[in-house]
Amino acid sequence: MDAILFSAADFHVLKPVILLCLFGCGILITDAFLIRNRADRWKNAIPALAAQVAVAASLVQHLGDVRSGGAFSGLNGSMQVDGFAVFFNWLFVLAASLAIVISARYMGAEGEHRGEFYALLLFAQAGMSVMAAGYDLVVLFIGLETMALSFYVLVGFLRDTRRSNEAALKYLILGAFSSGLLAYGFSILYGISGSTNLGEIAKAVAARSEGDLALFLALITCSVGLLFKIAAAPFHMWAPDVYEGAPTPVTAYVSVASKAASFALMLRIFLTAFESAAEAWMPLLGAIALVTMTIGNFAAVTQTNVKRMLAYSSIAHAGYILLGLVAGNETGLRGVAVYLLAYVFMNYGAFALVAALRREGEAAEDIDDFNGLYHRAPGYTILLAIFMLSLTGIPPLAGFYGKYFIFLAILREGYYLVAVFAAIYVAVSAFYYFRLIRACWLLEEGEQQKPAQLDMNFGTRAALVACALLTLLIGIYPQPFIDLAGESVLAALR
Amino acid sequence: MFFLDSIWLIPMFPLLGAAVMLLFGRRLEPQHDQGPPADDHGGHGGGHGRPAGRTLVNILCPGMVLLSFLFALGAIFQLQSVEGHSYEVVKWTWLAGLDSATGMGLNAFTADWGFLLDALSAVMILVVTGIGFLIHVYSVGYMAHDGGYYRFFGFLNLFLFFMLVLVLANNYVLLFVGWEGVGFCSWGLIGFYFRKQSAQRAATKAFLVNRIGDAAFVLGMLLTFTTLGTLTFTEIGPALEAGGFQIENPWGPLSLLTLFFFIGACGKSAQIPLHVWLPDAMEGPTPVSALIHAATMVTAGVYLVARSSEIYVLAPNTMLIVAVIGALTAIFAATIGLVQYDIKKVLAYSTVSQLGYMFLACGVGAFWVGIFHLYTHAFFKALLFLGSGSVIHAVGGEQDMRKMGALKDKIPLTYKTMLIGAVAIAGVPGLAGFFSKDEILWKTFSAHQYELYALGLITAMMTAFYMFRLIFMTFHGDNRVDPRTHVHESPRSMTVPLAILAAGSILAGYVGTPIVFGPVHDMLPSLEHWLSSAVVVADAGEHHAAILEWGLMLLSVSLALLAIWFAMKTFKTDRYAGEPMHGILGKRCHQLFLRKYSVDEIYDRFVVKIGAQETGSQLGQIDRKVIDGAVNGVGKLTRRTSSLTIFGDKWIVDGLVNTIGYGVKFFSYPIRMFQTGMVQNYVLLFVIGLGVVAGYFLFE
Amino acid sequence: MPRDYIPILIFVVVAAAFPIVTLLVAKLIRPSAPGKTKLEAYECGIAPETDTRGRYSIRFYLVAILFVIFDVETIFLLPWAIQFDALGLFGLIEMLVFLAILIVGYVWLFRQRALKWA
Repeated sequence: MDAILFSAADFHVLKPVILLCLFGCGILITDAFLIRNRADRWKNAIPALAAQVAVAASLVQHLGDVRSGGAFSGLNGSMQVDGFAVFFNWLFVLAASLAIVISARYMGAEGEHRGEFYALLLFAQAGMSVMAAGYDLVVLFIGLETMALSFYVLVGFLRDTRRSNEAALKYLILGAFSSGLLAYGFSILYGISGSTNLGEIAKAVAARSEGDLALFLALITCSVGLLFKIAAAPFHMWAPDVYEGAPTPVTAYVSVASKAASFALMLRIFLTAFESAAEAWMPLLGAIALVTMTIGNFAAVTQTNVKRMLAYSSIAHAGYILLGLVAGNETGLRGVAVYLLAYVFMNYGAFALVAALRREGEAAEDIDDFNGLYHRAPGYTILLAIFMLSLTGIPPLAGFYGKYFIFLAILREGYYLVAVFAAIYVAVSAFYYFRLIRACWLLEEGEQQKPAQLDMNFGTRAALVACALLTLLIGIYPQPFIDLAGESVLAALR
Repeated sequence: MFFLDSIWLIPMFPLLGAAVMLLFGRRLEPQHDQGPPADDHGGHGGGHGRPAGRTLVNILCPGMVLLSFLFALGAIFQLQSVEGHSYEVVKWTWLAGLDSATGMGLNAFTADWGFLLDALSAVMILVVTGIGFLIHVYSVGYMAHDGGYYRFFGFLNLFLFFMLVLVLANNYVLLFVGWEGVGFCSWGLIGFYFRKQSAQRAATKAFLVNRIGDAAFVLGMLLTFTTLGTLTFTEIGPALEAGGFQIENPWGPLSLLTLFFFIGACGKSAQIPLHVWLPDAMEGPTPVSALIHAATMVTAGVYLVARSSEIYVLAPNTMLIVAVIGALTAIFAATIGLVQYDIKKVLAYSTVSQLGYMFLACGVGAFWVGIFHLYTHAFFKALLFLGSGSVIHAVGGEQDMRKMGALKDKIPLTYKTMLIGAVAIAGVPGLAGFFSKDEILWKTFSAHQYELYALGLITAMMTAFYMFRLIFMTFHGDNRVDPRTHVHESPRSMTVPLAILAAGSILAGYVGTPIVFGPVHDMLPSLEHWLSSAVVVADAGEHHAAILEWGLMLLSVSLALLAIWFAMKTFKTDRYAGEPMHGILGKRCHQLFLRKYSVDEIYDRFVVKIGAQETGSQLGQIDRKVIDGAVNGVGKLTRRTSSLTIFGDKWIVDGLVNTIGYGVKFFSYPIRMFQTGMVQNYVLLFVIGLGVVAGYFLFE
Repeated sequence: MPRDYIPILIFVVVAAAFPIVTLLVAKLIRPSAPGKTKLEAYECGIAPETDTRGRYSIRFYLVAILFVIFDVETIFLLPWAIQFDALGLFGLIEMLVFLAILIVGYVWLFRQRALKWA
């Protein structure tokens, strides 16, 4: 039996994942043997960033290959490298790099700065990478669980903080529940088609009649499992608690990267395996998107904790992104990709500032803590305003484009009522995003306590400025980004 | 064509100034932003002295605006030799390559970073940069004693950047960028005295009301694209032609999209029913009121309508709505202006009223007259606001006209210039306001809108009355100023801009003399002719006898003079020192005004009853906290609505704005109710959700 | 089509019924004579002094989890050993990679002093 089980081509496909795992393991070892001092722990960020550079290099290779020779697959067709996978991997690289950069100071200040933090960030990224490139149910599920397990630990990383522990436990229990459902759905899909390959499954699903019971079960369980992962209502309950409890850099990472990866998985499954049943799930997802936007936007209004407010806002954003999938046309999918790209920068920018804000060494996360910040740190407050305006979707900032394309897409499909609601919710969202800006500009810091200050190192500053510049750049000169996003997503799914 | 090719630089200069101020400004001012004392009204705070960094601010910020003005002049000079008086500079494609099915077939959507200088935007940039520069110079004197100097100038420059983007944009999307930007700067400047609660509230209110208009604007844009397949101004005309669009009656997509644009314009230009924010916006420093809330930003709505004139003329129904809303706003705001005591509030309601005139002109198809009035109004209203700022400056921050009087000899220059402004706005022949206002009335009359004409005529009379009420109460009669105040004329940097604006208020009208002036008309440049390349200029229609036009002119002038005489008679002496308007309006009318038309009580009762009691009993089973929260929310709403004091503030819309705010909060309570923090509840909801999803598939 | 799933339904019903039926039958058959002493905790005839629930050191759990991890490793090794010839060199390398990852974990644990009892 001389079948080649693992060829050079397979290695090429798997390279980003392998690199991430190697670097992750490497960090565990170097941290254990080389780093003696607590104060030197930040040095673990160096190999973690090196991993990002290495992954980026292999992504450049992948992109070149995809552009010249089209999509290619490996491991007997269970992984597929195409524009879609490469684009999402880029998102993960960006998100992970930013998370690494803003973590050092935060975790140091919280007294939980350890090597495995960075290793877990990389392992989670490896899982996401598999989710983006996987073309086989088993592989996809392994990717999902690798990511999820890493996140359970990361969320609870502040061992002495009860909120963090509570968040981790909730995330674990609910995550396991949804993973179970998803796995059940996957098993039914296997039952229907006799294969775990998405292409084969798509054929089998297309052959089924419309009211088929097995298909129906598979649709329910898969969609609920995936909707949980993107925190769509009514499966969003975990998000506010987890986002609030997790260390802030992890919150940013979960809200951006984990969401992007789950959307990648969702797009893959719904647009390949379930494509022929689109008639059945599109209205459902549309309704869920509306409910999600409603709950996210309205609940965000009354929050007093910024992380919680951003958590609900992130739920609302998931609703908008979902609308892109519901529209299902070219514009909509382009909108999803652009939205996710813009979301990386604006959301990280916002969370980086929240992570940096401290009052006498304690993390300051309430909206009141931002009172009068403009008069203490005008430059960074302007950056905050940029991120908030972008999250609202005000042109010419990056956040505008995602919303813009998604609006165009749903209007083109004739969902006028949905568009009207979505537009109204943009106005609602302005209400809570502006509360933060208003606090910075117009309100005064309380007199009893010392005002909260921004505590940043060079990395955080650089990350913030980079996020703001990219938010502006995508807003002012968006064409290359839109082209990149559009080309990647569309090439894979047509 | 150096200047024409660099029109994109015109907005960039103020942007540079703004960037320097906002990012590094704080370092220029060692005695940093303590904010003015809570009772401050421009210019009488602590008297910090003059830090060295201020000189830089004083040179940089007005200097950047001056550069823009010079570039604008150069560009317009060169524009005259361009055929069609239209020149487009496209820097790069902003959005492109996206095919969308539209009413015109499959269209590639494009929006560029493109700037269009044509006859219309030429007028606008001259007004914006010219008056903007004068107001910057004025602010140097006015803001000299205020904290947050750099913040003020930074925002002012940023505002000019967005305003110039708004008027120079070559498509709706870029225009919208400017549109949102000026709204943001307006928000920041209204709330400039952020330590004052009322300023904060006014800023938030302005922002929220504007968002309603903005949402309509976005819908209008989307509808425009789906109907016409383009959002670029120069392509709208050809698209209308290619699509074979006819005049729409009764309703069609064009009527709808123009209506959306008009709702957007209502928000920005403070027309009924979205006018409520503008009077409150007077909480900002006076130069801001002059620049943003009188001369430029609030006229953006008129600009938008004029810019879309090609579409508007095809939608007669929308046009009628525009005209009616304009006329109603004009008279409605004028009546409120009659009873105000705050000098700035009088001017604010006057602005709302004059904006109504502009929309009236647009609504009857005389777009160029709307722009004409916009342009003359910019001069005399900026003059009046700056003059009022000078008065307030002189009497130590007092804004109540009942505590002024007999100021004419103490601040003679301010008096003279403001008098010119008042004469101009009142419509006395020979000054700017006369030409534009009379043209509006004439166009309304010749469009057979006789009811609207009557409204306009009455408004004109009221305008003359309340303006001279202001002049006489402030400058004549007995001295009611607090004797401890040292009344003094303002510094040179404030009076020189006043003088220049006064000259403008006299001369600006001579570019739009009526045709019946015959030889005079032929001799002077014609704004109508100049604008005809950019906006639709309707045919003269049926020709009325010149005698009719002369007659109507005489009528409106004599009514205005009558009103002035009446105001003089009433207010020159202190016969009615207490409640002069009480005697004039009659008891019932005045009482009606004081009771705010009782709308408030009805509204309160409605909200309290439905909101608190009914909902409370229905939700009786639910978690106590939820109800408490809801009741508190409603209670707050009630308390807040009833605590608003200024006349006209308690109209339904005002409450509506609050309702939106609290409504949003109200809705979020039930959502929070489920967020118990208990995992088992989450799982329960999860399972219920699963059931709902399953049910959907089963019963689909 | 749904008819094909009837065996599954039957299976579910049987599975649900089994514990219920067993418990019910037991209840019916057994004699019942409850008393105070009978309900007390039984500890070799000595009167119980504390609650029956005691607290263990967390290290028991840690060690138990580590045991499970390395136990599963053996489970993976077994099929590989059986198919050793068929999988050949590829299988050997693959298994070495697997072991390497585990060893990294082990070394890390060791350095974290997770295995020290004191």
